[in-house]
Amino acid sequence: MTPLVEVRRLVKHFPVTGGVLLRRIGKVHAVDGVSFAIQRGETLGLVGESGCGKSTLGRLILRLEEPTSGEVLFNGEDVLSCSREDLRCMRDEMQIIFQDPFSSLNPRKNVAHIVGEPLLVHGMRSRREREERVQDLLEVVGLRREHMRRYPHQFSGGQRQRIGVARALALNPKLIVCDEAVSALDVSIQAQVINLLQDLQEEFGLTYLFISHDLSVVEHISDRVAVMYMGKIVELADSSIIHTNPLHPYTQALLSAAPMADPHRKPVHTILKGEVPSPIAPPTGCRFHTRCPYVEEVCREHEPEMRELASGHSAACHFAGLRPSLFQKTV
Amino acid sequence: MKPRIKSRSYRRLVWDQFRRDRVSVLGLIFVLLLFAVALAAPLLAGSRPIIASVDGEISFPFLSGNSQVAWKEEVKSENVWAVFPIVPYGPTDIELEAHLLPPGSDHYLGTDDRGRDVLSRLIHGSRVSLSVGFVAVSIYAFIGVILGALAGYYGGRVDTVISRAIEVMMCFPTFFLILTVLAFLRPSIYNIMVVIGLTGWPGVARLVRGEFLKQRKLDYVMAAKAVGASDARVIFYHILPNSLAPVLVSATFGIAGAILVESSLAYLGFGVPPPTPSWGEILSQSKNYIDFAWWLTVFPGVAIFLTVTAYNLVGEGLRDAVDPRLK
Repeated sequence: MTPLVEVRRLVKHFPVTGGVLLRRIGKVHAVDGVSFAIQRGETLGLVGESGCGKSTLGRLILRLEEPTSGEVLFNGEDVLSCSREDLRCMRDEMQIIFQDPFSSLNPRKNVAHIVGEPLLVHGMRSRREREERVQDLLEVVGLRREHMRRYPHQFSGGQRQRIGVARALALNPKLIVCDEAVSALDVSIQAQVINLLQDLQEEFGLTYLFISHDLSVVEHISDRVAVMYMGKIVELADSSIIHTNPLHPYTQALLSAAPMADPHRKPVHTILKGEVPSPIAPPTGCRFHTRCPYVEEVCREHEPEMRELASGHSAACHFAGLRPSLFQKTV
Repeated sequence: MKPRIKSRSYRRLVWDQFRRDRVSVLGLIFVLLLFAVALAAPLLAGSRPIIASVDGEISFPFLSGNSQVAWKEEVKSENVWAVFPIVPYGPTDIELEAHLLPPGSDHYLGTDDRGRDVLSRLIHGSRVSLSVGFVAVSIYAFIGVILGALAGYYGGRVDTVISRAIEVMMCFPTFFLILTVLAFLRPSIYNIMVVIGLTGWPGVARLVRGEFLKQRKLDYVMAAKAVGASDARVIFYHILPNSLAPVLVSATFGIAGAILVESSLAYLGFGVPPPTPSWGEILSQSKNYIDFAWWLTVFPGVAIFLTVTAYNLVGEGLRDAVDPRLK
């Protein structure tokens, strides 16, 4: 069975302009040759520090940004080569939930308009029918039917995020990209929204690409996790495996930095030296070599490819699996 | 019991905020009053009666364009009665024997050099001033919004072209451009409206462009695109309503500006052709008699001053009311 989404060597460079004449003086390597697949019904977590290109990757898949090169296959169809009209039709299969519940809802429109918009755009002309559906959707996401006439500023952050979820659900999509969907919410509200997302997944058979910088949230919700560093995926594995046996040194450092709610455990921190290099001029060879504790000569010259090291577990490191890991997770 | 939260729309919020500023409300009342006066001008000032009865036959002579009946003579006969407007003189009725009369019980604000009633001319002149202000600003707000929206939304080359055009237009001393153009064209109220309209747009375009640059990166725009909304829908349905507040404010100031420009043009003799009354034209006529006929200068001057001030007050109140930081 073909995967729902397949991404092949996707690249997005943003031009950097400077000077009076706004000449191009460089480019930001936001996403730089990323390949992976999302299976039907699964949740793929995408983690990485801010600025590593996770959100851009999510938007590229929905073609909200035009990629520089590469391919995105949705249901076996090429998303990037299809015409505007085809793209519009494809929009009802994939939707997005945004991070900021305040800027993601148009402040001038009431809930009926916001949630009903996808329906209207996709040809549901009758206002009665639309409002009927909007009310059903509001109930599905745990709001009340009479909330339909209210404006976004009359809701709390958690409620607004539910409205965002309702809008994404309106067209019965197959894929929902959750771009830091819970990061802006309080922890207790985060749990509510995550539970809602999981319930909806079960009910409607949704597939999620769950983008987050919060490892514990990703571990909780994801089936598989992809770790990104400077526009590249450095490790991809089952959620449980990546948390117990990470193979890439960056993943190891990332996990060791996550706080554990266990006072008896003495944390072993792998602290990275230096700063994230500029994405305008990424390092040669392995992108991580400037900060890697195990760096060797080959890392500076040759870029490691993603290698499958165990079934369903791949990493982009010359020495992954060859060297005993310093990372230990005491459970 | 379900708690009922009163739904307050954005307009409602703005209005509540606006209402708090007494002076602005006063300005708004004045502007509305002026509109009422302009609309009801024939009812307020004119030589034809509002309602008249000749041999028991009722008619409304003020509606009929140019009836030659001398009503003032007619009413003296037995079987005729009529109700005249408050100012029973037409704006163009020449009465040479009553020229340059000071304000008094007959002519409330005096008469000009041809014996025309100044108040009547002011009342009818408000139509010119208000319509020039409104139409000219509508024209340039429309042009400015469209160009600004395109520049801000699409960016890139579209933006470069439009931004340069804005800068070029801004470099022109607009008033002299208008003056030059009108010197070649026939001076008519429509030409004035169009010329002011075609020269005023750069300010609005720049405002709207800035708003669009700010708004187009927001997630709700992304969401609309993700849903499959067309560019036109995103621009006009989503972003535009969120960008209109500053335009509305600048349009209010713009109306005041356009009224001033029209008055200035009329004063310089490029305005609405006589005998149509306009405030600037009355002022212009008063030049020769400024030594002894003060009423010819003061009243149109005060009318222009009050109107422009009122519009500016409304603009300022509106600016404060739509500013979310003040809430």
